[in-house]
Amino acid sequence: MKKAKRYGMVIDMKLCVGCGACVVACKTENEVPEGLHRDWVVEEVQGVYPTLSMNIRSERCNHCSNAPCVTSCPTGASHTKEGSNIVLVTPRKCTGCRACMASCPYDARFVMPEGYVSKCTFCDHRLDQGMDPACASVCPTRAIRFGNLNEPMSEVSRLLKSRSHEALIPEAGTDPNIFYLS
Amino acid sequence: MTEIAITTGKHAHEAGASIGIWGWEIPVYLFLGGVTAGIMVVAAIAILQGRDKKWPAAANKLILWAPVLISAGMAALFLDLSHKLYVWNFYLTFQITSPMSWGAWILVLVYPLTFLLILATFKKGYPDWYAKGESWIKASPLGPYIKWLYKAIQLAEKYKKIIAGATLSVGVLLGIYTGILLSSFGARPFWNSAILGPLFLISGASTGTALVVLMARDHGERSFFTRADLGLIATELFILALFLIGLASSSQQHIEAAKLVLGGTLTPAFWIAIVFIGLMLPAFFEILELKGREIPKYVPPVLVLTGGLFLRIVFVYAGQVSAWAAY
Repeated sequence: MKKAKRYGMVIDMKLCVGCGACVVACKTENEVPEGLHRDWVVEEVQGVYPTLSMNIRSERCNHCSNAPCVTSCPTGASHTKEGSNIVLVTPRKCTGCRACMASCPYDARFVMPEGYVSKCTFCDHRLDQGMDPACASVCPTRAIRFGNLNEPMSEVSRLLKSRSHEALIPEAGTDPNIFYLS
Repeated sequence: MTEIAITTGKHAHEAGASIGIWGWEIPVYLFLGGVTAGIMVVAAIAILQGRDKKWPAAANKLILWAPVLISAGMAALFLDLSHKLYVWNFYLTFQITSPMSWGAWILVLVYPLTFLLILATFKKGYPDWYAKGESWIKASPLGPYIKWLYKAIQLAEKYKKIIAGATLSVGVLLGIYTGILLSSFGARPFWNSAILGPLFLISGASTGTALVVLMARDHGERSFFTRADLGLIATELFILALFLIGLASSSQQHIEAAKLVLGGTLTPAFWIAIVFIGLMLPAFFEILELKGREIPKYVPPVLVLTGGLFLRIVFVYAGQVSAWAAY
């Protein structure tokens, strides 16, 4: 049997300048309506002037390996794409009950103007054509890297082996797949 | 000092962090679901105990309101859905890991069971309405088919205790489910305690008991259910204390969630609306009443019902304020 793909992102906080190109690319590629975002940039400043440190993170759905938005969905609309960890929503199955939104510790989901819930798809339509997600492909500093974490020699796996990194809120128990190099 | 800025905007800012997930509809639905669960449990126990002489309101009158209130609750739930035309998807599947899916199917069980119990008890509980309904049906084009209704009533009366047993189990399931629905969300630390199941069940039973007190004409029945409610209120206070101890002795995020009601922004709502108005005050009046003081008879049960609604409002809101992330 072919091993399931575990897609993930490795984002280098030392390279990210917070330009927001990933956000714009995502909105354009996925036609995300005004006021809604599938990804966003967080600037976290610690300390008191003049001793300050800053982290800039491009954030989105973590496509968790143990995704509570999938297990809490009463209709099966929220599901993982076969053979991978990509979490997707089928609009015609979604009732808009928003159990998935309540279950997501990252608040990565939102309600579309039509009423169904939407979120980052890791641009699975682009992956099918062998391309990277839009956010990763436009990153001007190449801070966002995308790949299969189950493949030991993939770029993302090698970055995680060689660099110190963290995931966001791993203690929420969802086994997230986006990592930040520090 | 840590300052967090979301430079490119996160959809959640529109809704004010995650607070905007659920509005008034869900607390109202959980309240009405809880009252229905209470009605089913109390009525089923009264029927199983064969107390229709001693507790006429609980055994014969109460159950009529179960389908009425659960329908109102489901209407609130429907109003909450943002993709309303696709509501039927709930009933094309059963998702074993989703409490909401369990709930959708439990709600379906409520109707046949409570309708059968209504068939079995309506004539005794509401003799005037029964006589009116009977003569209305006889005069209508449905007249010739009334013997089918008599047959159904006869069957329901014959198997009343078996139906009541099933009603009791589904009532308990319904009551617990209204709590588990919230507690299963690990992402919201304030909800993330399995004791919410028993808490909402006991609160539901208390509101169901309050309805009996409102309906009862018989003094003996009133005072029995007033005493029963006192016990339920004491149990609820005990469970609330356990709930807070559980949160306050867990991880930092759970401690932060407990702080919301232990000095934080929701402290007045929790202690005044739930604990004082919804539990202590009715308990105080119930004790006075049992001691023979003249208390306006609607005051304690109405306070209990109000407290039940406050409990759901505060819990549903508090869960959405508490989060793992600081932004």
